[in-house]
Amino acid sequence: MKAPPFEYARATSLAEACELLRRYGDEAKLIAGGQSLVPMMAMRLLRPAWLIDINEIAALKFVAVESEVVRTGACARQAVLERDATIGVRMPLLKQALAWVGHVQTRNRGTAGGSLAHADPSAELPLVAQVLGAGMLLRSAKGARKIAAEEFFTGPMSTAMAPDECLEEVHWPLWQERRTGSEFTELSARHGDFAMVSAAAQIALDSEGRCVRAALGLGGVGITPLAFPGLTARLVGTRLGENDFEQLAREAAAQCDPGSDLHASAAYRRHVAGVLAARALRAAHGRAESVQ
Amino acid sequence: MTYLYIGKKRRTKEDPRFVMGRGRYVADVALPGMKHVALVASPHPSARIASIRTEAALAHAGVHCVLTGEEFCANTDSLQIGVDAPEVTRWALAHGVVRYAGEWVAAVVADTRALAEDAAELVEVEYDPLPYVIDPEASLEPGAVLVHPAHGSNVLYHRKFVWGPVEEAFEKAEHRIAFRAVWGRNATVPIETFGVAAQWDAGTQMLDIWASIQMPKFPDQTARALRLPGNAVRVHYDVDVGGSYGVKRGIKHTVLVGYLAKRLGMPVRLIEDRLENMRGGDMHGPDRFFDMQVAFDGDGTIRGLKIRAVDDVGAYAGRSPLQLAKPVTAICGPYRIPAVEYEPTSVMTNKTPQEAVRGFGQSPTNFAMERAIDRVARHLGMDRIALRTKNLIRKDEFPYTIPSGSTYDSGDYHAVVDKALAAIDYPALVRERDAARRAGGLAGIGISTCLEPSGGNSAFEVLFNPKNETTTWMDSCLVRVDLSGAVTGVMNTSSSGQGHETLVATVVGEVLERDPAAIRVVRADSLTALPSNSPVGSRMAIMLGGAAAGAAKKIKAALLAIAAHNFECSVEDLEYANGDVSLKGAPEKKLSWGQLVTIAHRNIHKMPPGMEPGLQEKFVWDVPTGGDLPTPEGRIQIYPCYAFEAHVVYVEIDRDTGKPSIRRYVCGHDCGVMINPDIVHGMTYGGIAHGIGAALYEKFAYSEDGQLESGTFMDYLIPSAFEVPELKIVDHCTPSPLTTFGQKGSGEAGYLGAPAAIANAVNDALEPLGVSIDRLPMSHAAIWERIATAHDTGSPTNEAGKR
Amino acid sequence: MTETLNAITVEVNGVPRTARVPARLSLVDWLRDELRLTGTHVGCEHGVCGACSILLDGEPIRSCLLYAVQADGHRVTTVEGLAQPDGSLSVLQDSFCEAHGLQCGYCTSGLLIAAQALLDANPHPSDAQIREAIGGNLCRCTGYQQVVEAIRLAAERGAGKITP
Ligand code: FES
Ligand code: FES
Repeated sequence: MKAPPFEYARATSLAEACELLRRYGDEAKLIAGGQSLVPMMAMRLLRPAWLIDINEIAALKFVAVESEVVRTGACARQAVLERDATIGVRMPLLKQALAWVGHVQTRNRGTAGGSLAHADPSAELPLVAQVLGAGMLLRSAKGARKIAAEEFFTGPMSTAMAPDECLEEVHWPLWQERRTGSEFTELSARHGDFAMVSAAAQIALDSEGRCVRAALGLGGVGITPLAFPGLTARLVGTRLGENDFEQLAREAAAQCDPGSDLHASAAYRRHVAGVLAARALRAAHGRAESVQ
Repeated sequence: MTYLYIGKKRRTKEDPRFVMGRGRYVADVALPGMKHVALVASPHPSARIASIRTEAALAHAGVHCVLTGEEFCANTDSLQIGVDAPEVTRWALAHGVVRYAGEWVAAVVADTRALAEDAAELVEVEYDPLPYVIDPEASLEPGAVLVHPAHGSNVLYHRKFVWGPVEEAFEKAEHRIAFRAVWGRNATVPIETFGVAAQWDAGTQMLDIWASIQMPKFPDQTARALRLPGNAVRVHYDVDVGGSYGVKRGIKHTVLVGYLAKRLGMPVRLIEDRLENMRGGDMHGPDRFFDMQVAFDGDGTIRGLKIRAVDDVGAYAGRSPLQLAKPVTAICGPYRIPAVEYEPTSVMTNKTPQEAVRGFGQSPTNFAMERAIDRVARHLGMDRIALRTKNLIRKDEFPYTIPSGSTYDSGDYHAVVDKALAAIDYPALVRERDAARRAGGLAGIGISTCLEPSGGNSAFEVLFNPKNETTTWMDSCLVRVDLSGAVTGVMNTSSSGQGHETLVATVVGEVLERDPAAIRVVRADSLTALPSNSPVGSRMAIMLGGAAAGAAKKIKAALLAIAAHNFECSVEDLEYANGDVSLKGAPEKKLSWGQLVTIAHRNIHKMPPGMEPGLQEKFVWDVPTGGDLPTPEGRIQIYPCYAFEAHVVYVEIDRDTGKPSIRRYVCGHDCGVMINPDIVHGMTYGGIAHGIGAALYEKFAYSEDGQLESGTFMDYLIPSAFEVPELKIVDHCTPSPLTTFGQKGSGEAGYLGAPAAIANAVNDALEPLGVSIDRLPMSHAAIWERIATAHDTGSPTNEAGKR
Repeated sequence: MTETLNAITVEVNGVPRTARVPARLSLVDWLRDELRLTGTHVGCEHGVCGACSILLDGEPIRSCLLYAVQADGHRVTTVEGLAQPDGSLSVLQDSFCEAHGLQCGYCTSGLLIAAQALLDANPHPSDAQIREAIGGNLCRCTGYQQVVEAIRLAAERGAGKITP
């Protein structure tokens, strides 16, 4: 299992990375943490002629918690985000999700940006991005543009990034409501494996306990991570109870389009999607309620 | 009997070099100028090879050779097979046809492994796909596609054994049940893949081999296949093997690499990568279903058993069909069952071949048997423990001969069960389960009581193939004391983590009363070695331990003889203590260890006449109960010793997803006297973890189009520290009357009972729903599917409180 | 076709090592085959088994998922670098011997690396934290029981921070 030969270029700045991408186009692949890319190359499923290493670009590693958004550089390591105390407090969904991503050793190297750009529909971080409606700042030699997660994820392992574009920053929106609760849960065969199904929910309540905002997402049950803004919008203004969670989860599961594989049939995935969706909503709601 | 060193908590001899990163595994062997092999594998489960074009590969940088089956098969002999099926030939490289997806078609040798892989992609093979058969039952149908047409059938072995009045038992019994239990294809899958390096010396005409091997008769089979005299192949046993548990039998790899090394005159190595290992490494384990029938009375007395076992060995066979034979030696488990019918069938399909796996077919059989016991209890509404207690052989019944002619040496099964139940606090556990059920959960307790036959000879060969009269299955040890008085034990095989160096040092130290920490243990190579049959069948504590003790006793006898000669007395007048010999009643009349050693090495004038100078003794011995051929009805003794294990496990299942979690695990274990308890416990823990994998996670799954779907570590699910819970072992010791110190085997412990116990626990959890599951592995999805079919939604029933 | 060689300098177990490597050479292959530091093992080459674990700048990672060229300018610690300066066993290594936290030894270097990183960051881990830290290291021999016991013992004995 040795990768086919390729040429290596270490970019020292984002501009240099973009210039290299411009030069080599779809002959080139960016490598961030490499936790998915390297095995695929070892199995010879991917054969880039050039590998452009963005790990040494210090400017891509920052974490900035601002008032409305958490901004993370594309090359911020998953472990760094996981250990970031402010993220833990202000954006617990991200921290909850990171606990499910691989293992200590892969999170030490793997990056959030790399996981998003890889766009595995069963991966945890793309689901969080989808649920929160994260924004992706993309850069190329021609300039920068920002697109929402919704447009970013276009299919299994595919995104709206052009071959000459590089993910520069991820903007994770912060909910301002004080009484916000979130939950990330998933079912995998073993801990740390890719999820058969994952679910993420975030709910904000007013002081009366009425829902002011809600989000739900499911991973592993479609060609991209799925969010259900249409369904969750219905919750706003109501007091949520068990029936709402069940009902919403059922409807969300019905909208999924899972595939079958060795570990789980489509029917099982759809069922579990409903189960996990309800659990995530229930737990997120419970956490929101517990904020006084 | 108290011992100085045996049974004590003592550090092993092997651990320090491994924690320093100074083990020497085959991939660490760097031979000057060594070349690397990569393989071209068939994408088809069955196809005719129309052509192979190697030009482009040969033109690639750094490539030395592209070998195909045409040349290789013409110049080497087919590998040996355990049953009488001469047309089922097998070589490392396919010739003419391929019979499974992943079968090796060509081997590329290059300067580096990466270059070899590059070139392997350039080998152009044209295939004409042929029909194939993947399902073993379809393979048994008349008119099925034949995997080896020359053999005339897909059946490699079939026989119906009848021991005792089976039909009568079934007629007279008050109750009968029948069910099918299915064991999924899994294997031990060591973290180190198989590897081999070989070097041909034209000057000495000798092939040197370093391999990650655990295989009886490995050097002989290599030489035979390469058409070399046995003494032209030298296998180096001082290679650390990174786990095996049965499967490291890379004979095909070795013949291939040996051939290449000789043909090219360069050292060559093949270290399987994980993809090659999973698909084409030929190390899958039993893939078996059992049609079980049990006849029993209302009071729980089991009268008879009928077992039909169909095992899918894949596209070729080495010793794998014999994995249906070991269960003959414990066919009724630890129970008193007077009449048994056993109908094993070994069938071929277009899948990766099967290899020996920990327990050699015993764990699947134990699983089927223990499911049967639980089903009988359920049928009768009887307590599962009471049913077992009623049928378990009692301690005063040993030695106990079972219907298939094997005699169990010793045991106290009831005591072990009691200890295990006490250790887990069984009444409290039942309360915990029932409380979980009342709270709406699915919770179950599983019990299994199983045997580990150990230390056997290889007489299943003659049982399944009368032309092969192998009954000898010896092991040996050489012990020498050098001029400085230091002791060295020489063993004659490689090890894969079982601590054999510790075993030899402990036993020799015990006999000679010398500190084992100061005893060095080294490994001969196959040309300097005494005979060994390698660490298979849980045999080393018994066989190597016995051989080391035998050699040490001869050393001790020599020391006594030297002293007797010098004191002009008889040996009976002497006392041996810590290596010194003194006259009984006159401790000042003493020859110290150092003095005796000096006499042996330097002072022939002080030696008893006729005694060999120097101080070295070998001991070769055969399996204590070995030597008999099977009777015409197939009654046979293969294993001398029978260890016993009682597992108690508590599982909770997420009702909505089917996900099981093991909450508590206790294993009661009796393998007689333990030489080193840490080593025995370690292997048992590991066996349980592997059993958890077999029960819940691990499967070499095939798609309908004959492709292996779980060919990576992402899909073949080895349990991690998250899935394996805290494990507890409680020891019991019933010495074996047949072995030097009362020891029994333990290398397969844990694995033999864990899948059965977990299956019983999951079924106990499902019982309130009125559904069951008898197919391993019990994936989350499979368990959920059973839950979903339940009509009863699982309100707590009167099952609660029943143990 | 010849592959471009990239010049690298990596501090390995405290010693700067320079080499010229093809881009596709993994860090573990470089350590093992070129530096002959064969204590780090290869079990899967696709990032699942953890046998290849090393410390990169003090953090445990999988060395089969890093190209050697990427390690240029970084610090690497392998199992060979865990022993005390005088070459004797570290507390952690000694604890593995005491608790027999290994059998065949093949996964052991990876487990030692994972455990040392844990103890560096958290000198008194709970059993759950120990299992979390080694959850990405597959061992087929031990069932993890004696491994957990060994790490627990090392923590009790103050395995301390030894990584550079
Ligand atoms: S060899 Fe690197 S994780 Fe398995
Ligand atoms: S000690 Fe053998 S794999 Fe862990």
